[in-house]
Amino acid sequence: MGDAVDIRAGRLTPAEYDANFDELYPPLDRKRALVEASRCYFCHDAPCVEACPTSIDIPRFIRGIHTDNVAGAATTILEANIMGGACARVCPTEILCEGACVRTAQENKPVKIGLLQRYATDHLLESGTQPFTRAAPTGQRIAVVGAGPAGLACAHALARDGHDVVVFEKRPKGGGLNEYGIAAYKVPHGFAQKEVEFILGVGGIELRCGVALGRDIHLRDLRREFSAVFIGVGLGGVNVLGLPGEELAGVHNAVDYIARLRQADPASLPVGHDVVVIGGGNTAIDIAVQSRRLGATNVTIAYRRGASQMGATRHEQEVAQTNGVTIRHWTRPVRLIGEDDHVRAVELEYTQLGQTGRLMGTDDRFTLRADMVFKAIGQHLVPSALDGSVDLLEIERGKIKVNEDRMSSLDRVWAGGDAIGQGQDLTVQAVEDGKIAARAIHRYLMD
Amino acid sequence: MADLRCEIAGVKAPNPFWLASAPPTDKEYNVVRAFKAGWGGVVWKTLGEDPPVVNTTSRYGALHYRGHRMMGFNNIELISDRPLQLNLQEIKRVKKDWPDRAILVSLMVPCEEESWKAILEVVEETGADGVELNFGCPHGMSERGMGSAVGQVPDYIEMVVRWCKAHTRMPVFVKLTPNVTSILAPARAARRGGADAVSLINTINSITGVDLDLMTPMPTVHGKGAHGGYCGPAVKPIALCMVGEIARDTECRGLPISAIGGIETWRDAAEFIAMGAGSAQVCTAAMHYGFRIVEDMVTGLSNWMDQKGYRSIEDFRGAAVPNYVDWKDLDMNWDIKARIDQDLCIKCGLCHIACEDTAHQAIAALRTDGARRYEVIDAECVGCNLCSHACPVEGCITMVPVESGRPYMTWEQDPRNPRRVPQAAE
Repeated sequence: MGDAVDIRAGRLTPAEYDANFDELYPPLDRKRALVEASRCYFCHDAPCVEACPTSIDIPRFIRGIHTDNVAGAATTILEANIMGGACARVCPTEILCEGACVRTAQENKPVKIGLLQRYATDHLLESGTQPFTRAAPTGQRIAVVGAGPAGLACAHALARDGHDVVVFEKRPKGGGLNEYGIAAYKVPHGFAQKEVEFILGVGGIELRCGVALGRDIHLRDLRREFSAVFIGVGLGGVNVLGLPGEELAGVHNAVDYIARLRQADPASLPVGHDVVVIGGGNTAIDIAVQSRRLGATNVTIAYRRGASQMGATRHEQEVAQTNGVTIRHWTRPVRLIGEDDHVRAVELEYTQLGQTGRLMGTDDRFTLRADMVFKAIGQHLVPSALDGSVDLLEIERGKIKVNEDRMSSLDRVWAGGDAIGQGQDLTVQAVEDGKIAARAIHRYLMD
Repeated sequence: MADLRCEIAGVKAPNPFWLASAPPTDKEYNVVRAFKAGWGGVVWKTLGEDPPVVNTTSRYGALHYRGHRMMGFNNIELISDRPLQLNLQEIKRVKKDWPDRAILVSLMVPCEEESWKAILEVVEETGADGVELNFGCPHGMSERGMGSAVGQVPDYIEMVVRWCKAHTRMPVFVKLTPNVTSILAPARAARRGGADAVSLINTINSITGVDLDLMTPMPTVHGKGAHGGYCGPAVKPIALCMVGEIARDTECRGLPISAIGGIETWRDAAEFIAMGAGSAQVCTAAMHYGFRIVEDMVTGLSNWMDQKGYRSIEDFRGAAVPNYVDWKDLDMNWDIKARIDQDLCIKCGLCHIACEDTAHQAIAALRTDGARRYEVIDAECVGCNLCSHACPVEGCITMVPVESGRPYMTWEQDPRNPRRVPQAAE
């Protein structure tokens, strides 16, 4: 392969790191927010509300912004979605509220609902006001496993209803993927922790970090000690390529590297000169763009199908491309080539759809140099973490099976978030799961 | 290219776009800039007796609406605060340098014949084309017995106009205040006094808002606020109505009108001309955007006239006046129904909720395979236009006439009218 492996930290100047890992989309100031808010038609039976998994009353909160009733606007948002601040930053709005906005139909220019939502929620969080109160204590204790969006949304709703909640979290901090999994430039400046603090601020929620289900706590004990259990553990397992060379140094799981990046000073993170990312979802985009922003020269995403099949939204694909990432569609890796136990290249094969619609290789191959390879081909639920009670906790298509109330097959056990998701694993959907489960748990406990 | 020249009460101008008596016409510097930009005339900011008045700071208030600045505008500024002689010298020089442009001089002096006689004499020497008697300003000067304090008393108007007509050969325009219950009484008084023309509307008594921190009316002057004169786009409908009232009044028939009130575009001006006005005075729009808005006003009016086949202003001046009637003369048999163009509809639902909550429950909100669809229920639709106004999409909801075959029938002819006088043939 000739040249030495080129993986280094500190490729950029401090100013470049600051710029690259600051907010990708700066917030609206009051003037811009008012202009944007004035574009909302205040629709009846608004399509944007229907497109929001948490059914935020969007016209109402935008009207609040327009009348300088920003606290009222924020409360409207948070009543429906306690993680409205994070969702304002990470939601793929172009396929949700903004995609449904009637101004998209009218002039292909939706009201910037995400940025307006951020304007309102930031205002409230920065004011330090706590708009929520708790109902009289019920004496019921509920265990929530996982302090991600699903778990925290569930815990918050239950705490408001007067229940006491203990949230168990495997990692050192709460926030789930908002803290560990989302690209740094989408939620910078410690936002995820501020939001966790705000959620806990309602009272009645005890967050115990560093406690893993199946290791430190067990489902059967939780069911015995608590009135109800909510499982929002996300997807702990990372899918593997199953290809020769996958064990080479320099081959990483994208989610692990992003988690590291989120907790570290970017300048301390080594990145390769040539980076290849395997996958087509938002995680692939996030790691590819962040690699570029860490100073990698050549970053290529290899995806086995076309642009329209990518899990990443069109907008995310554009972010990758405008950040200098090359997306190679219709290509799949066949082996990782190493030298001295370190990856040096990826051999890829062009793909196409066969006559039956099945994806097949063309035998036409090429090689890309790579000092680093990131695997971003999805995650999966790790059933063993559910404490050997798999027999009882029914799994369907690799996820915990729940009914419409998010109740699992186990008595007094509910679940939500990516651990049950059969769709796109969105933060906003996880919040909705937590909300629905909390409502069901409350009903169950109070009947 | 249409001929935009206008002549009103003998005052000629190359186009009907004039700047109203206001800050933009306070001095030579501004007026020359306006003429260079293409304005057809100006009404010089009101002159009074020396010593000049003194103004406060914080003189303007504004109403902003949904991101649009200065939809409504108000001021508590008084008449010209510069020495009379300085104004007169400048007027004389500007008229000499710009002989083709109309220059009226607005005047406001105490209600005494000698005062009017004296100022008319000196204004006449400037060569100005005419005077405009400021009987309109509702703030400040009215507290001193001038402005709208005169304009609200028809007898005073008539008296002062008579004095002025007796003491000058110049055409006399009378600027009317809208702060009256009927504009006809002052207009008729002006005509009786011999006025050559009326200008209207002056500004409307107003407070643009209340500062909720200071608890003061706006605009605020050191913790207090006084009512000011309201103008800008928001007042145009009021001005159109008052201009139309005078234009169609038999006692005022033929009295030339210089229109004022929210005129910002060539279209606004065309509407006032169609309503009988001979020229269109502008202030707020110039104060908002600067003088060069006149460029589009000139070409816009000209292009529209070409398109319509109007060769001169007189070709369409007053064309809408015969159609401005009383309610009782409207056709009770006229029937229109809302029609929604489903291809243009963006599914905002505003037509539905407006009709459902506040009108006639005549627009159904349907779902077809989950997709929204809004449909007019003809049997319930009274043809009120509300939905077409609420709809944010141009041309999506139209009001379509229903062919009834029934004749034009006024309320006075309508059998449903309990006070109808039966016709002889019945």
